[in-house]
Parts: sequence; C-alpha cells; structure tokens
Amino acid sequence: MFLKTIITAATVALSTSAAFAACTIDSGRLNIIGNEFPAIQTVAKNATSCEGIEAEANLTADHQKINLAGMQGNPAEYTSAILANSSIVALINEDVLRPLDDLVAKHGQDIPKHQLITVDGKVMAVAFMANAQHLVYRGDILEKIGVEPPKTYEELLAAAKMIREQGIIENPVGGAYQAGWNLAQEFVNMYLGHGGEFYKPGTAEVAINNEKGVATLNMMKALSEYMNPDFLTHDSNATSAEWEAGNVALMNMWGSRTGRLMDAEGSTPEVYNNTKVSAPMTVGGGNHPASTLWWDGWTVAKNISDKDAEATFLAMKHGTSSAILNDETMGQAVWMIDGYKPAPVNAGVFSAIDMQTTPYPMLPYQGLLHTVLGDNIADFMQGKESAEQTLSDIEAAYTAAAREKGYLK
Amino acid sequence: MKHKAFFLFVLPSSVAMLLFIFFPIISVVVQSFYVSHEQVIVTVENCGPFGCKQATAIDQEATAALREAEPLGKFAGLATYRDRNHLAVDAVGSAWEKADNWRDFGAQMLNLPFYKALGFTLTFTFVVTPLVIIFGFVIAVAVNSAASAIRGPLIFFSLLPMMITPLIGSLILFWMVDARGIIGSALQYLAGNPDLSVKASTPLMWIMLMVYGVWHAAPFAFIVYYAGLQTVNKDTLEASRIDGANRWEQIRYVIIPHLLPLTTFIALMQLMDNFRVFEPIVSFAANAHATSLSWAIYNDLGGETRQLSSAAATSVLTIIGVAILLSPVLVRTWRDFGRK
Amino acid sequence: MSDITKKRPPAVQILIFGVLALWMILAAFPFLWTLWGSFKVEGDFFSKADWFYALSGTLTQNETGSSFTADGYEGAWIKEEFWRAALNSVLVCIFVVTISLTFGTLGGYALARSTYRYAFWFLIAALIFRAMPPITLVSGYLPVFFGWNLWGHLATCIIVLVAINQPFTLWMLHSFFKNIPQDLDESAMVDGCTRFQAFRHVIIPVMWPGVITTGLFSFLLAYNDFAVTAMILSKENQTMVPKIASFLGTTQTKGNVMFAVAAVVSATAPLFVMVMVFQRQIVSGLTAGAVKG
Repeated sequence: MFLKTIITAATVALSTSAAFAACTIDSGRLNIIGNEFPAIQTVAKNATSCEGIEAEANLTADHQKINLAGMQGNPAEYTSAILANSSIVALINEDVLRPLDDLVAKHGQDIPKHQLITVDGKVMAVAFMANAQHLVYRGDILEKIGVEPPKTYEELLAAAKMIREQGIIENPVGGAYQAGWNLAQEFVNMYLGHGGEFYKPGTAEVAINNEKGVATLNMMKALSEYMNPDFLTHDSNATSAEWEAGNVALMNMWGSRTGRLMDAEGSTPEVYNNTKVSAPMTVGGGNHPASTLWWDGWTVAKNISDKDAEATFLAMKHGTSSAILNDETMGQAVWMIDGYKPAPVNAGVFSAIDMQTTPYPMLPYQGLLHTVLGDNIADFMQGKESAEQTLSDIEAAYTAAAREKGYLK
Repeated sequence: MKHKAFFLFVLPSSVAMLLFIFFPIISVVVQSFYVSHEQVIVTVENCGPFGCKQATAIDQEATAALREAEPLGKFAGLATYRDRNHLAVDAVGSAWEKADNWRDFGAQMLNLPFYKALGFTLTFTFVVTPLVIIFGFVIAVAVNSAASAIRGPLIFFSLLPMMITPLIGSLILFWMVDARGIIGSALQYLAGNPDLSVKASTPLMWIMLMVYGVWHAAPFAFIVYYAGLQTVNKDTLEASRIDGANRWEQIRYVIIPHLLPLTTFIALMQLMDNFRVFEPIVSFAANAHATSLSWAIYNDLGGETRQLSSAAATSVLTIIGVAILLSPVLVRTWRDFGRK
Repeated sequence: MSDITKKRPPAVQILIFGVLALWMILAAFPFLWTLWGSFKVEGDFFSKADWFYALSGTLTQNETGSSFTADGYEGAWIKEEFWRAALNSVLVCIFVVTISLTFGTLGGYALARSTYRYAFWFLIAALIFRAMPPITLVSGYLPVFFGWNLWGHLATCIIVLVAINQPFTLWMLHSFFKNIPQDLDESAMVDGCTRFQAFRHVIIPVMWPGVITTGLFSFLLAYNDFAVTAMILSKENQTMVPKIASFLGTTQTKGNVMFAVAAVVSATAPLFVMVMVFQRQIVSGLTAGAVKG
C-alpha cells in the first residue's frame, strides 16, 4: 500500500507548489537511448525540451542492442539509458553506468526515496513507472457463468472449463505465450508463484529442475489447453488483439496494456465495456502472486564529463517530474511520480504492489536463464518431451551459456 | 589481363570489403576462441520501489583488474564450439553410446539446439533453392513471351514479393494464414477440417516457411533470368528453328545452356541466402517449431545478456557450413575458369 | 520477338497465359489486399473476428463513419513526417546504387577477363565474405562506430551497405561480363586502346542489361535493408524501413500499425515508376552489340 499512500500524500502537497517551472540548464549534453512506448516518449520529449543543452533521443525497439556499445565509447554517445529491472543488469555488468549518489545529493534531494534504485548501496537508476502482469477478465461472461473473478489459477481453470462447456467461448483463456521472451516470462511468473528459487543461494548455479519446476510447467500446459491452438505465436500484441476481437474472456496481461483494451477503439462496446482488471492470481496454494513487479527508470552514463552528467541528471529529473503529467500522459503508465492519480484501469498493478509480488530478479545471470527458458519450454508445451526432460535441457543449456560468460567454472 | 590492370580494377571493391567484411570476420573468429573472464560475484543488497532484497552482483573492482590484464577475455580454444549449445561433442558422444537405434539417436540429436537448427536450415536450403530456380525460370520465360506492352506491369508485380519490406509483408501473411485469416480459412475449407491451424503444427509451419521462402526469392531468380534472356543470341535461335528444333528443343539446347552461368550465380546466392534463413522465422514467430543457425545468432545477441562468443562461434560455423554447401558449385566454377 | 509470337500454337499460348495469371495472383494478391486494407482501421485490417470485415469495413464504418479512411496516410506522412525518411531513403539509394555499380563494374569486369588463378580465389573470398550473417557484422561495427564517432550518419550507412553488397554485385556482374564476348574488347585493344579505354568505350555501351539488373538489386537492398539501417542510423537520419518499424514498435500503439501499412503502400509507388522506366532500358538495351559482336 505504501506507494499509493506516498503518491496521494504527495499529490496534495505538490498541487500548490510551483512544480511546473520550465527547465533551463546552463550547458551540457543529453542523449537518451530507450524503448519506444508512449510513456518513454513522454519522458524523452520533456527531458529534451530543456533549454541550454544539446539534447537528442533515440527511442527504438532495438535499444538493447545499441545501448551497451553506445555507452562504452569515451565519451559515450548516449548520456542516459532508460531501462527496466531486467535490462539494467547488462549495463551494470559491463560497468558503464555512473553511480548517482553525488548528483542526488547535489540536485536530487526532492526525488522521493522510493524512486531510487540502489545496488550495493549505490544509486544506479531513478525509477519513474511501475508495471506488472495481472488478471484481466470479461465481467459479462463471468456473470453469465455465475463465478467471481478468479483469485487463483486453479479457479481460473475451473471458470475456463465452465465457459467452454456452456459453449460461450471455445478457447476462453489468453496469454502472451509466444516462444521466446514471453513464454519465459510466464514461466518466471508461475515458478515464483509456486515459491520456487531459480538459483542455489548466493551462486549462479541454476536450480529449477525440481518439483516446483514440474508443477509450473504442468500448470502452463493446463492453461494452454484452454487457449487458441496458435498460442505459441501470440505475443502481447496478438493476445491484446484476440481480446479486442472478443475471443478471450480471461488472461494474465501487462498493466501497461489494459488502457488500450478498455478504450473504445478497435473493439465492440460489448467487449470494452466489460473488460475488468483484478489482482494477479496465486497458484498451487501459495500466497505469493504468480507475477513479477517491474520498474522503468533512467540512468546516467559513466564515460561522460561531469558537466554532461550533471546536465543529463537535471534534464532527466525534469523529464520525470510532475510537470509532465497532464490528461493525455496520465493514463500512459502507472507513474511513480508525485502528482499521479491512479485510474481504475491501474488497479491491477496496484494490487500487485499491495500483495508484495516479487520484483523481477535483478541478477547478473538472469538474462541468460530467461533466454534459455524461452528456447526450451516450447518443446514441452507442444508435447514433444516430458517436463523433466525440458527442465534438464534448460539446466544444461544455461550451464553452457553461464560458463561462457564466466559465471560458472 | 595484366596484373597491374587487374589490381587497379578491383582496388575499390577490395578496400570496401576488407574494411567492412574481412576485418570484422577476423575479429569474430578471434572472439569465438575467447570467453568472458571468471566473474567475481558478491552478495549485495538491492533496493528499489518495491523494497530491498539480497541479490548478487558482479564485483566491478575485482573484475576491472582482470579486464585490464586480458582485454579479450579468457582464451578458451575450441571450448565454445564444443559446448552443448554448439557442436555438443560430449552430448553427441553419449547419445551415440546410449541410443538403441538410429531413430533414438536422431531424436536425441534434434534435442540439441545446434543440430535442431541445422536440421531445419538444411531442409529449407535444399527444398527452397531448386524451387526458386525452377519457378524463376518458368516465370522469366513466360514474361518474356508476353506482349511487350504489358511486360512493365508484369515485371513490377513480379517484383512485389521481394519488394515489400518483410516487416510488413510477413505481418500481413502472418495474419492471412491465421486460422481466421483469409488463407487459413481457405485451407480449412479445402482440407475440410475446421480446426486446422498452420501456426499450431510443426509440419505445416515448416511448409509455410518454405512456401514463403520460394515466394519471396522467386522474383530474384526471375529478374536475373529475364535479363539473361534478353541477351540470347537471336541468330542461334533462328538457326535452330530452321534446323527444325521445336519450342522445347530451343529452350533445352539454346536457352538453357546460355543461361547456365546465371544459374550458377543464382544457385550460389540462393544456397547462401537460404542457409542464412532468419527473417521469416522471426516474423512468423515460428521459433517454437523451427530454428535456424542465423536465428540462433540473433537469439544470442538479442537477449538481455548478450552472448558474444556464442554468437561468434555460430557465425563461424555458418561460414564453414556455407563453404561446404557451395563446394560443388565452386568446383564447377573452377573448371569453367580453367577452360577460359 | 513479335515474329515468334505470331507463330505460337494455341496450346503454348494458353500455357503461358496460365503461368502468368497464376503467378500474378500469387505475387500481387497480398499487395492488393494491403492496398485495399490501408484505407481501413486496424480492427478491420487484422480482423481477428472474421476476415470478411476486411472487405466490408465494419469497424471502419463504426469508428470513422465511412467504409474508407485515409487516416493511415495522414498519420504517416503528416503527423509522423514520413517524408523525411523518404528523403533519406532517396539519398541512401542513389549513393549506394552509384557507388556499388562503379566499384562493381570495374571489379566484375576485371574478374571476368583475368585468366589467372588469383581471380578465382578473389571471387571465392568475396563469396565467403558474403556468408557472414549480417547481424554478426553489424554488432561488430557498433563499438567501432561509436568509438570513432561514425555512428548515425548517412555516409556510414551508405558505405556499409555498399561493402556488404559488394560480393553480390561482383558475382552478378562477373556473370554478365562473361556473357559478353572477349573479342569485343580485345579487338579494341589491338586497335590501340588501353584496358580502361576498351572498358569505357566498348564494354560499357553493351553491358546495360546486366548493369541495370544489378543496379536494381543494389537499389532493392538499400531500399529494403533493415538489419543495418535500424542499428546504425540515428533518429533524424532514419530511412523508410526503420521508420516503418518504429511505427510498429514493440507495443503497437493504437493506429500506428495502420501508419506502417499506409507507409508501405506509399513506398512501393516509386518502385512502380522505376520499373516502368528500366524495363524499357532492359528491353531496348538488348543489345545490338552484346550478342552480334
């Protein structure tokens, strides 16, 4: 609950203050690299609007392929990278990010403490938005079969069975199960929901080949029985499109996507008026939601002059200040910025925070495991091999990759 | 041709290729023999908007010293090539010992990522390449026989499959072959099976990727052949007709031999391009059913942690694969060369 | 060839017509479908509910009040300033085609005429160079380009595209030059021309079909490249394809997908003009010289 309280408290405090002052910086350079979704566009637009500096932004879906090389040069091409808790690790691993403690001390006293991301006590990033996957359901259909919105995946399966048996929708469950990153993400969710640990404590040795891993895979397979048979090709975009076409009644979906599902475009009133969100579900009798919490935040490059770092810090701080919030930008994300007013569509993400959902692991080798999961789970989902075989394939492939990267001997 | 003249003529090309292809290849080959340093991992406390958590991180100071000492990383020789994600020497060995029969051995091999990718890559190459050549030739002959007034539009439409950026082209086709798309619906109707879905079935996905491959590359063969047909010696053609050659014989004995050098060229380029098949797999989200060597490289480089050595090793293996694949054609070119 | 047409028996005529008709449907149908769909809203174009919506425009009617809408075009060209990307594409294409062909005709000619073994090995080396997957190459360029401040410029992109395309161009032109009889330039050299003069005055005039075809491929490469342009061009220097990709994005903002579709349709228009111009060149260039000489 704490985030929401902070936000509401801050709203009251700030609404009277002069937070909307224009941004002027003496001199320096700003160049942002980041993903291209609307919330980041807003941040970049406002940060680059600062006067007195050379400002540029490169927002692209390929940002992860460019950002490392673009920050390794000296001086670095990019002075700031916008990252999430999964992608920041790759840049920390290569030591291209500047610890921000001095700049926070000098210019950032007013940045709320909860926005600061610290690694080993050093501030490495400033978060500005949160995201999580949670339940999205069709109110009218659940009413028709007379059940409450499911709180666990087991309930969801029961509801799906009823919807199918009553002939309402043949494949009522949706999900971003595209082989690769998306499918791996669902495994991560479900495995955490089962209370699993990915590694032997304090090491990079993977430890998913256990009963929880098998239960995770079996639950994913059980869900896929109620999905469109093409589920292994459906990413979040395709799943959203299925939802808007009215082909799906229950799904685990990103909070950042729900705004799009509930607006009047691309769908019929029957669908968008009945689209509801709810908390992430638990699984297997566990009390931790089978979901992960995410943040997006900005960083400052290490290989740039102090002056440029300072300019970047100030501009990015402005780009993520309450000055950027207006009617249009308010709904783009669950902002962690003072002055943000949550809408009903964001209830899912807030529930995820309240339920103390596990944040996506910020570990140096998690990216390797994620890739390997994405490559191997599809074989099991198609019934080509057993769960045990899949898990041992994952272990073997991860071990080979981790050896190459120097995490294992 | 004199050595000096030859050298001057090829100089611009050579410089461009040396700088932008040869040196990168060398660096990739070197990279593939190295792996990262052993990472010094420490336990730290990470804090963020969702609270604090014990986690591990790389000890930058300790690692910096290692980096300084050996900037390329740790020399590993062929270790990356031999590991499970590439040639998997040990896994293949144990599969060989344990397997009861060929079928079992094959199944175990296809469970290894490299051999799985190689399986699809080779199938794709050997199915698509000949079909592209045949279709391209047939279309070129047909277009060349059409009235010259409509040839312009014919050429334009023939180029479209290769022209529309695969980003959108495959997005549209991906929708069309969906179970509810226009082609998908037509297939269900033709097969009389309302549950048929191309995207859910491995064999159908393979077929679709290959059909796409042929569709996408046929214009290439077509246009090369079409240009070649323009240079067919009309006197020879005339002479053969006077000698009583029928239409098929003219094609068989005059046109096909004339187009042979072009066929060698198309075969070389197509074998290589098809061996590097990549875009359709990503665009059709087909990686659950089919992977290729280039896809494996993309996957190594596109993850949150980039596996440079692994990608480098797969790249080198791809080049070796292409060299082996092209060797019959090259031997032919070599003989041609001798004849000159 | 008109004399051949006259003598063609009906069976062959029908066969040719059949092949052409079938191929036209296969080649053009997806494009025509896209053209039609570019005037609809996204919900109709990628209709998950019923593919027939794409024809009837049910959602387009609901959302815009008519069965057709030019929103995609307006969004792409006016709101997102697609013309900038188009302009960059024009620059990249012109330079890539000119430089590729200049380098390529010189090299290709030398390779076709040299009888020494090293010419063969040169060709083989070029071929092996081409075997390198472009993704690996590009990820190798990035640190260097960033380090030397070469990243993001159109010039860098042009020279990279030329280099990557050089093996192909060399091979293709080499094949074409081999079809041009040797006596042609050799007799010119006997008459006192240098090698370069022979190339310039005798070979260049007869090599157009091959050069134009090769040029067409260089053009298509520069026009359609994504692997290189997406990674090494900065935002303001973006060419059309990465721009289209940015419309799509990972999170497909509403309406933007239709910008991409409209942009793709508009991007094929110049190609149509170009093909019309060059097919004449190919047919008429056909060579009085190359063959009879």
